[in-house]
Amino acid sequence: MFLSGYTQKDREFRQKLAIGAIRLVAGGFLAVLAILVIYLAYQGLGAISWEFLSQFPRDSMTAGGIWPAILGTFWLAVGAMVVAIPLGFGTAIYLAEYARPGPLLTAIRLGVNNLAGVPSVVFGLYGLAIFVGFLGFGRSLLSGALTLGVLTLPTVTAAAEEALRQTPASFREAALALGANRWQAIRQVILPAALPGMLTGAILALGRAAGETAPIIFTASAALTLSAPESAFSEVMALPTHIFNLATNGTHIAATRPQQFGTCLTLIVLVLGLSLIAIITRARLRKGKKW
Amino acid sequence: MSQETREAILLRPKLSRTEQGARFFFLACAFVALGQMVLIMLFLLGEAGGLFKTANFFDFLFSTEWYPTYEPPEFGAAALIVGSLAVTFFSSLLAAPIGLGLAVFLACLAGKSREWIKPAVELMAGVPSVVLGFLGLVVLAPFMVDVLGLPTGLNVLNASLILALMAIPSIASLGEDALSATPRQIQDASYALGATRWETIWRVTMPASMSGLSTAVILGLGRALGETLVVLMVAGGAAQIPGSLFDSVRPLTATLAAEMGETAIGSPHYHALFALGVVLFFLTLGFNLLAHYLGQKWRSR
Repeated sequence: MFLSGYTQKDREFRQKLAIGAIRLVAGGFLAVLAILVIYLAYQGLGAISWEFLSQFPRDSMTAGGIWPAILGTFWLAVGAMVVAIPLGFGTAIYLAEYARPGPLLTAIRLGVNNLAGVPSVVFGLYGLAIFVGFLGFGRSLLSGALTLGVLTLPTVTAAAEEALRQTPASFREAALALGANRWQAIRQVILPAALPGMLTGAILALGRAAGETAPIIFTASAALTLSAPESAFSEVMALPTHIFNLATNGTHIAATRPQQFGTCLTLIVLVLGLSLIAIITRARLRKGKKW
Repeated sequence: MSQETREAILLRPKLSRTEQGARFFFLACAFVALGQMVLIMLFLLGEAGGLFKTANFFDFLFSTEWYPTYEPPEFGAAALIVGSLAVTFFSSLLAAPIGLGLAVFLACLAGKSREWIKPAVELMAGVPSVVLGFLGLVVLAPFMVDVLGLPTGLNVLNASLILALMAIPSIASLGEDALSATPRQIQDASYALGATRWETIWRVTMPASMSGLSTAVILGLGRALGETLVVLMVAGGAAQIPGSLFDSVRPLTATLAAEMGETAIGSPHYHALFALGVVLFFLTLGFNLLAHYLGQKWRSR
């Protein structure tokens, strides 16, 4: 017996010690998180006003607002989704509904899985080489959105495939037994059941895209634009790169501190807000499902 | 039923046009997705290849002299690679025990409060890294200078702490999934044999979910290794082999992000940065394969 040699007292003492330590570590970490959140909220709220959210930066960024950065992040994220949702959903449908085990399936799965592990800065290099350089889109909203689209592709695909696989096989079989072909079964039976789950995954990916910095530093971002993005070929400001620029490169690093905190809080609210929506929807979907 | 009729029924050779079109469309999507991975490798290797027309491969990998703007420039990546590995290693010393502790807490001890702590932890995993880097810059760095009396707060320790902060939620979340997936019966069996709660966790639940736990840790570390903004903002940026926790380093990712914007496309420096990208790509690939391998290995036991 593996417990021989320990007295009952010893065992209870070890139990208390170990579980106490784990509670302490968990509680301590959660406390640190809470303090950081409160600190950011406190510092950020002091900077945020209607003017801050709706104006262009003024006086070498020490005054005015972050409206162009909000706009840029919005368009970059939307553009990324325009790329990632059709491709990711299509790939997921292929993987879940059409693919048969074999070398092709292995290759696609390996490719998509490894894509998920590639560091975001490497996507930035890829975007720079292919979209900015090779395809000649330059440093632009388009290049940045395409880069972020490729970056979020594996997340969108994995979530969509998961949602498709959770649809019961009986749905599929019933549709096919009624004489539907595969596409009819997918479009009329499987997709309506799986789509909410697929979209939830896409919203989570959207949040991730909005918060990424490294992939857009050299594919899309400008330190300052004096107008809203005019076309897909304009350089844009974005919230994450704005924080980075103000905090590290600016000429008035100390003077723009309130702007930095305000931008951080805006970005966090945006990103976590999207994630929260996705998490709540997912929880509701799980409860509502009768199958 | 003859063989032919059977084949005719099973194969249904005449697919409708929409059916064929749909199948083709989805296959095309999958190919484009796969193509991204292939293209990333091709572009990285292709652009990196330009460096080795003029530079020696071993010098690149083993020299610690990274002076890209000198004349002639020197492209030695060793200090940058060591920088990346150093912050990843030291962050793991903190992130692995705390992340796993939090996972055990969530899976085995939290009870009802798990329902809101787990989403909160998952939410924290989504905080943009630029915000964490910013916190390291404005909170931790001044603290190190003022309270600990260090000459600079931008060093290995600061980067490791912030990276750990980033990795802990994802290790905890993945680890909790693994622990929760342990069959209820073997835990009940352990209790039935008279084991205490801790003995059950330590000797039954954790060993049984070792595959998932090790995968969680390795994936968390892989993220720390590939993380850019945190190390760009708080690691200090000096391309040197660190002698202590309080030295500045310049990890691979930070070098890429800091220098790529100021480099002319096609210059030797540009090619050298892509070569760093290749090193980074294969390092993280190694981590992911290791995670996959550990998952498989423990599962088969």
